[in-house]
Amino acid sequence: MGAGHAHPLYLDGASAVHRMAPEVKVAATVLFTIIVVITPREEFAAFGGYAALLAAVAALARVRPLWLAKRATIELPFVLLALVLPFAGHGERITWLGMSLSVDGLYGAWNIFAKGTLGVLASLLLAATTTTRDLIHGLDRLRCPQVLTQIATFMLRYLDVLTGEARRMRIARLSRGYDPRFLWQVKAFAVGVGALFLRAFERGERVYLAMVSRGYTGRLPSPEGSAATTAQWAAAAVVPVAAGVIAVAAVLQ
Amino acid sequence: MTPSLQVKGLHYSYPDGNVALHGVDLTIAPGERVALLGPNGAGKTTLVLHLNGILSGGGGEVRVGGLPVDPADRAGIAEIRRRVGIVFQDPDDQLFMPTVAEDVGFGPANLGLRGAELQARVEEALTAVGMLEYRDRTPHHLSFGQRRRVAVATVLAMRPEILVLDEPSSNLDPASRRELSEILRGLPVTVLMVTHDLPYALELCARSVILDQGRVVADGPTVDLLADADLLSRHRLELPYGFDPTLAAAQLAGGR
Repeated sequence: MGAGHAHPLYLDGASAVHRMAPEVKVAATVLFTIIVVITPREEFAAFGGYAALLAAVAALARVRPLWLAKRATIELPFVLLALVLPFAGHGERITWLGMSLSVDGLYGAWNIFAKGTLGVLASLLLAATTTTRDLIHGLDRLRCPQVLTQIATFMLRYLDVLTGEARRMRIARLSRGYDPRFLWQVKAFAVGVGALFLRAFERGERVYLAMVSRGYTGRLPSPEGSAATTAQWAAAAVVPVAAGVIAVAAVLQ
Repeated sequence: MTPSLQVKGLHYSYPDGNVALHGVDLTIAPGERVALLGPNGAGKTTLVLHLNGILSGGGGEVRVGGLPVDPADRAGIAEIRRRVGIVFQDPDDQLFMPTVAEDVGFGPANLGLRGAELQARVEEALTAVGMLEYRDRTPHHLSFGQRRRVAVATVLAMRPEILVLDEPSSNLDPASRRELSEILRGLPVTVLMVTHDLPYALELCARSVILDQGRVVADGPTVDLLADADLLSRHRLELPYGFDPTLAAAQLAGGR
């Protein structure tokens, strides 16, 4: 299912993680992330444990560390924000390499960096082993409201169409000598965005008409394919359960 | 025999008061292929949207395989939408699911088909248009001609009584245009083809109907209508430069 429809975050493979039903992977990722987020920031060992867990999953899914690292750069803007905290923080300060740093700020920065990175890596592993189509199927089977999964389905299909339309409109503008270099030239762009919106709106109407003509009554047919087995749920549960054990052990220590 | 399509005295005005249909009568026998010709704004699309009950309420009657189109009757309208397969002009409007197979399965799934039966329907329809090997592709990655063929498959999968095509040859390159005509000719269904492409109408449909200003102004053998230069010019229809319908029809008859 979904072969030939790849998104840039998907890494084609046939590992045990790839074969797992999407709903168990989604559930495991969400639970894992929640455990990471509620872990007190001082428990450094626990975060080490979480990282080891993700490394094990990555190895099992045959996702290379460099591949993950490159895509994890999406969190860089947030990390940059975290870097400000030690300088701007209040309270007790320490001096390191001649810089006066706030202890509270250092903890805050670590908190954002560690939890953010773990969350991003977990999501990247989910995306690397699950096609977008399967992700939506998984959400559907997890009883996610159909309105949301339908919107996601349409977005998946029409994003490319809209991008293509926007590109053709841009090329048509450029072909008529449009060369936006100054702010006051942005008007044509803004009008273009408006035209794109109108076109998308009209297309939506035509798509709906075509769907009604084929008997659409408000529900998309539920995806084919068998739901996850108990064994798959158990296998996927290993990750959040292990994370939970690490968290509890670290806090009780 | 019950006609595939029977339209009697159909009237329709849009909410803004524009009269689109002025009493249209049209009967199509099972297995017939009919071209619906007419200039822009003649009411062709309005007529098509009446065939499966998306538009209604202006007076007159539409029957598909004997069953009246009545939007108030929900069960009846579901059956009507199975019987009337409309292929819209832009395949990107028709194909909205992430994969070709899921899209072709959308209609039959709405009819309640599931599992192996649904898969068999999908394969049957994709085979009929020669697109089976693309079943797991995303529609966006197909060529325009391929997308148009998949759009035809999406309604074939519902085993329609009548296939309605809105400008089937528009935007196709000559090879895709010919491939589509070969596919359409091989289909064992009644076809109503809305088009401006007069040579295409001649090639595929023995009979043509000209609609202008919401009225049927001519109904007869395609070659006779196309040979009538006065009739065509009165209704803003034009043959491509140098095209001789009588000669083309003779060639077509000889080639079979």
